[in-house]
Amino acid sequence: MDMQVPKKKLGLKERYTLMTRDLAWDTTYQPKEKVYPYADYEGIKIHDWDKWEDPFRLTMDAYWKYQAEKERKLYAIIDAYSQSNGHLGVTDARYLNAIKIFLTAVTPLEHMAHRGFAHVGRAFPGAGARVACQMQAIDEMRHAQTQIHSLSNYNKYYNGFHDAPHMYDRVWYLSVPKSFFDDAITAGPFEFIVSVGFSFEYVLTNLLFVPFVSGAAYNGDMGTMTFGFSAQSDEARHMTLGLECIKFILEQDPANLPIVQRWIDKWCWRGVRLLSIVAMMMDYMLPKRVMSWKEAWEIYFEENGGALFKDLARYGIKMPACAEQIRQEKDHLSHQVWSAFYNYSGATDFHTWMPTEEEMQWLSQKYPDTFDKYYRPRFEFWREQQEKGNRFYNKTLPMLCQTCQIPMAFTEPGDPTKICYRERSYKGNKYHFCSDHCRHIFDNEPEKYVQAWLPVHQIYQGNCFPEGTDPTAPGFDPLAAVLEYYRINVGHDNGEFEGSEDHRNFEAWRGMAKRND
Amino acid sequence: MQIDLRTVSIKPQRQTYGHIARRFGDKPASRYQEGTFDLQPTANFHYRPTWDPDREIFDASRTRLTMKDWYAFKDPRQYYYGAWTLARARQQDTAESNFDFVESRNLGALLTEDVRRLALDMLLPLRHVAWGANMNNSSICAYGYGTAITQPCMFHAMDNLAIAQYLTRIGLLLGDTSSLATAKEHWLYAADWQGLRRYVEDCLVVQDWFELFVAQNLVLDGLVYPLFYKTLVEDELSLRGGTAVAMLTQFMTEWYAETAKWVDAQIKTACAESPDNAALVRGWVSAWQARALEAVMPLAQSALGERAGAAVDDLATQFAARVAKCGVPA
Amino acid sequence: MSKVFIALQTNDDTRPIIESILADNPHAVPVESPAMIKIDAEGHLTVKRESISELIGRDFDLQELHTHLISLSGHIDESDDEFTLHWND
Repeated sequence: MDMQVPKKKLGLKERYTLMTRDLAWDTTYQPKEKVYPYADYEGIKIHDWDKWEDPFRLTMDAYWKYQAEKERKLYAIIDAYSQSNGHLGVTDARYLNAIKIFLTAVTPLEHMAHRGFAHVGRAFPGAGARVACQMQAIDEMRHAQTQIHSLSNYNKYYNGFHDAPHMYDRVWYLSVPKSFFDDAITAGPFEFIVSVGFSFEYVLTNLLFVPFVSGAAYNGDMGTMTFGFSAQSDEARHMTLGLECIKFILEQDPANLPIVQRWIDKWCWRGVRLLSIVAMMMDYMLPKRVMSWKEAWEIYFEENGGALFKDLARYGIKMPACAEQIRQEKDHLSHQVWSAFYNYSGATDFHTWMPTEEEMQWLSQKYPDTFDKYYRPRFEFWREQQEKGNRFYNKTLPMLCQTCQIPMAFTEPGDPTKICYRERSYKGNKYHFCSDHCRHIFDNEPEKYVQAWLPVHQIYQGNCFPEGTDPTAPGFDPLAAVLEYYRINVGHDNGEFEGSEDHRNFEAWRGMAKRND
Repeated sequence: MQIDLRTVSIKPQRQTYGHIARRFGDKPASRYQEGTFDLQPTANFHYRPTWDPDREIFDASRTRLTMKDWYAFKDPRQYYYGAWTLARARQQDTAESNFDFVESRNLGALLTEDVRRLALDMLLPLRHVAWGANMNNSSICAYGYGTAITQPCMFHAMDNLAIAQYLTRIGLLLGDTSSLATAKEHWLYAADWQGLRRYVEDCLVVQDWFELFVAQNLVLDGLVYPLFYKTLVEDELSLRGGTAVAMLTQFMTEWYAETAKWVDAQIKTACAESPDNAALVRGWVSAWQARALEAVMPLAQSALGERAGAAVDDLATQFAARVAKCGVPA
Repeated sequence: MSKVFIALQTNDDTRPIIESILADNPHAVPVESPAMIKIDAEGHLTVKRESISELIGRDFDLQELHTHLISLSGHIDESDDEFTLHWND
């Protein structure tokens, strides 16, 4: 009987095809346009989804096997780290402030990516692409949860970790990451995957998860190191998906090129602006530093991103126009952003401080052309003032960029002494921008960006006070009301690090750990 | 410097995150709770979706069901990613040894030709049913509201992909690539499969995500799994010497038993919320159940012959009892 | 020629993987950082199942790489026996 005939062993590719796209069929009881209603409106032309090359070929059995192994390791480390009070082994409690930003600004994005990939994992008419996106959808949930779980123990002992989802929807600086992802998920499925899968994952997340997380390891934060590297092992698949997707779109029709180029330009700049906060985390918030932001930038953006653009040149893709400004900014970015957060430290859920003299020397050495000339004098002045008891807090609300929503703190290209302002009138209103590139992004889709929920506008309009607040009551303190709406505990979560509760507790607890009295 | 941290006893400032403490009190929380509750943004969205400009990015009005708190949809299994992956990896280990066992002892060859034929004819087209379930659950995750229900739906989507892949492996083990091709032909053109295919395709265009949850996870799975994996494989084929097939579908049987409890909990929660919700769910169940029973009837006849009528009646009775237990009004 | 790279966690499982990658790709350059290693290579880099299997004395499945991988760059070509990164420029 036919069972006795020895079977030909199927190759990886052939087998994977049977396990994925062969499961799909062309529907006949329902028209394609109804089954995949979001496939066409962006103008991307796909003629043959069968040409899709699967970027990696993990069937669910193998996926579960390897992911379970990763999860077992990860949670064993998290448990051991918490049980042994591992948090007292980090270099310095200042470091934990970087991790607070991670939980409030990055973790919610992982959840958004989860939902976004579920959406494109349903919306793409190509079966191979859908499966790859769905796998990414569960990976992104993994990242959100492993971060929440790893940082849960810090929340028990330190301030500012306590209300990430609430803050993500409200706090002023978190509208930067939130608007970034809201922009991506409200775009069509093809733009979404170019934005997240390609510009964000391939070009930019390396900077967050590789050098920053290696820095976490260097600073004794085993929890962050573990979730970071473990997450990044999934990112390798995600980057490959992003790259495959863009190649596929470009190969399908030459008319797709200008659309894709516009998306790459836009998302490269959006990503660069978003990552400015990581620049500050690396240069200012790691007590022990593995490499400077600028060095990481040169490796992962200039060298690695450059290789990618060279590779895509055969499809006609060009390096984004913003590349030149990006090159100039790498010497300035972290210092300008740290200055801004130092100013507005009264309204954040984490602490800031002025670098020590030793740290300033490191910054001078890493940024020989800019630090001593433009930033050191300002920092020394602030430090002096602080020593005299005048720690500077800026209480005036800043103007925000309509596109990236970062306060106007970046300088003119070519003139680091002058803040860069741009504006545009649209339908009788005036909109403000931090750069030519953010204005350009607005110009391409004004109807989208006029909708932006700008925290400063919202505060002035009275939309950021706790329910039941009466702003006309005598003695009404608007800033206090806003912080209450944010659920920032004044005097605990915010302000200067020196002398903060976190600082005092960490010193006391570590003191106890070193003595046996 | 050696720090002996074990000697330190320091008092935590708080036991869990604020949003978890507001729901459950400030006490040590489970990983399921911390990883699930309030994760989805609910306010101050920046832009409207270009693909759905009348709604917010996450918008409770994408279903007609209404809930005071969407996090009432708790998962009794308390799955977060890690717990889910570890549970499935364990089941996958069992499935793997079952496949090895059947393959190494060549148990497929011991099946009689009609048993093997019946298994291939009836099980392989279910690859496509599982594929539809994968798409539908991805859809519920994408457009649903509240992480408590969107999260397990994505796990459910991937489980369904895995089931389609196990069925593919069954096809390759008991047959070959041409068996898969034949089954797909049947799925596309054979008269007795068309009711089921139409049902699946109609689900792909359902806009209300909770209706889709009812149509796919409660009704369709609630009839297909007992009929094919219990009545056909475990009862009929085993009686005829086809125990090997039951070994190969063990994952599906166990998976259905586990996930049905989760599905029931969601239906129960929805109906207990309000009479309006209960009436909505009743309407959806009735409409989809009638179609599903009609769709599986010809397949039951091919599989079970003259006993099909009684088997489908039993199925309908058991399903009605299950639905009633979930609080769906009569 | 652009560089491709693969970055791996440094632990007991990756020791033989790193060793065999470096042996099979004489043009590759290891760059060590805390808890990780980044291996850069001009143009292309290949990970071979057989080399790793020989070093560890058991059959290595290339998909096991996923457990230890931190990052990579370049296009991927994947078969049962080899995992290759390359650029097309």
